[in-house]
Amino acid sequence: MTSAEALLVTPLHKLHVELGAKMVPFAGYDMPVQYASGIIQEHLHTRQQAGLFDVSHMGQIRVTGATAEACLERLMPVDLAALPVNQQCYTLLTNDAGGVRDDLMICRRGEEDFVLVVNAANKAADLAYLKSGISEDNQLGLLDQQALLALQGPASIDVMAELAPQLLALKFMQAANCELAGVHCFVTRSGYTGEDGFEISLPASSAEKVARTLLAFDQVAAIGLGARDSLRLEAGLCLYGHELNEQISPVEAGLNWVIAKSRRQGGEKEAGFPGGELVLQQIKAGVSRKRVGLRSPERAPIRMGTRMQTEQGREAGEVSSGGYSPVTKGAIAMAYVSPELAHSGTQLMALVRGKQRPVEVVELPFVSHRYI
Amino acid sequence: MSERRYTEQHEWLEVDGTLITVGVTDFAQNQLGDIVFVELPEVGAELSAGDEAIVIESVKAAGEIGFPFDGVVESVNELLSDAPETINADPLGKGWMVKVRLEGMPDLGDLMDEDGYKVFVLAC
Repeated sequence: MTSAEALLVTPLHKLHVELGAKMVPFAGYDMPVQYASGIIQEHLHTRQQAGLFDVSHMGQIRVTGATAEACLERLMPVDLAALPVNQQCYTLLTNDAGGVRDDLMICRRGEEDFVLVVNAANKAADLAYLKSGISEDNQLGLLDQQALLALQGPASIDVMAELAPQLLALKFMQAANCELAGVHCFVTRSGYTGEDGFEISLPASSAEKVARTLLAFDQVAAIGLGARDSLRLEAGLCLYGHELNEQISPVEAGLNWVIAKSRRQGGEKEAGFPGGELVLQQIKAGVSRKRVGLRSPERAPIRMGTRMQTEQGREAGEVSSGGYSPVTKGAIAMAYVSPELAHSGTQLMALVRGKQRPVEVVELPFVSHRYI
Repeated sequence: MSERRYTEQHEWLEVDGTLITVGVTDFAQNQLGDIVFVELPEVGAELSAGDEAIVIESVKAAGEIGFPFDGVVESVNELLSDAPETINADPLGKGWMVKVRLEGMPDLGDLMDEDGYKVFVLAC
C-alpha cells in the first residue's frame, strides 16, 4: 500500500475537491493546502472578511468523570477548578524534562466534562498518554464522529449571528451550544489566525451541510492549510513541531502566561505537572534561548532551520518558522535566539543559501490580534 | 527564428540562435503557488551546465532552477524583484527570468519540444 492510499480524509473531502482545492498529505490526512484563488488571496480574505477552514483532522478528546478535573491538572499547568462551564483555555501537555508534548485547547462543558482539541499529528500519542494519566473511574474517548470547522475573520460574527443570534453574546474563549442550519453544534469563540472567529464542533454526517450554509454567505470563502499557516505566523502563534517540541520549554517559547497563577511558585497548587519544578525554576532563573519575531527588509522567505549570526559573526540561533507575510508584504519569521539578543531592534544575519540576509528582532505579533 | 524547448524541471527555453531566454512553465507556476521572491544571477555571470543559478520562492516552498548549457547571463528580468507574482500571471511571457548567451549553437537533442512536453506534463 502506498502512503497516498493510506491517507485519511475528513468529512469535507468531497467538498474540497469540488471547490478545486489542491490536496496535500498533512498529518496522515489528505487536506486542502489552497483553493483556486491561492494562499495570498485566501490569507487577505480572512483578514478582511471571513474564511472557513476544515480542521477536522485535529483531535477532539472528551474526558468525563468525578476525578477528571484533578487528573487533567496533574498533566498540564492549568487551573481547571477556576475554569467555568463553557469557558476554554489554551494549555500544554508538558513532559518530565519541562518540554512540550503538545499544545491544546481545553474547554469545560460541564461540572465533570472536558473537551480537549489537540494537534492532528499528536492525536494518537496524546490519547495514549491521557489514558495512562487519567484514572479508570473516568471516561476518555476520541470524538472521531465529530468534525471541526473554523470560521475566522472580522465578518465571522455577522455570519454566525445571522444563523444563531445568541452567539453575539459570546466572548473570546467562551463556548455555547447552538443550532446552525438545523444541526446541533458546539461553538467556541476562538481560533488560530489572530482574528475574531469561531470553532464549530459538529457531527461529521452534517459537516458538509453546515459548511455549504456558511460558504453561501458572500463574506465567506474556503481557506486552505497554506493560509492557515501564514495567518498564524503573522499572529505570532506557536505551531507544534516548529516553535514547540519535546525539547523546548514553555518559558523559552514565551508562554509563561500559560502557566496558571495557582500553578506558579507560591500558588496554592504550585507545580504538580510534569516538569513543573523545572519550568518554575526557569521562570525564576531564566533560560538560554527565547522565542522572538524577526522581520526582513527583503522579500526572500527565511524558513525553518535557517541559522543566524550576530553582526560580529557569532552564533545567534535558529529560525523555527518563516515565510512571506501578505499583510506586511515582506518576509517574517519566528526564531529561538540567546536571551541577550531577544530584545526588539537587535540586528542579526540569517544565512540563506550561503548568503547573509539582514533581519531585525521585532515584537510579536506581526499583525495585531483582533479578538473580541 | 526562435523555437521553444522544455526541460524535465518544467523550464522553458526560447532558443534564438545562441541567445536563450529562460522561464518556468504554467504547470510549474501552478505547482509552486503564489511566488513571492526570485533570486536571479547577475548580468555577466558565467553559468555552467547544471548550475542552479535561479531561486524561486513561493509561499509554500523554495525551488532552484538549473540551466542546461554553459553561457553568460546577458540580461535578467528586473521586473521580478518587485513583482515576482508576474511569473504566476504570465509565466511564458512577462514572467521570463534570464537571457543567456552561449558560445556556440546549443545541442537541443535532450530537450523536449512543445508536443513532447505536453505528454510529459500529463504524467506529472
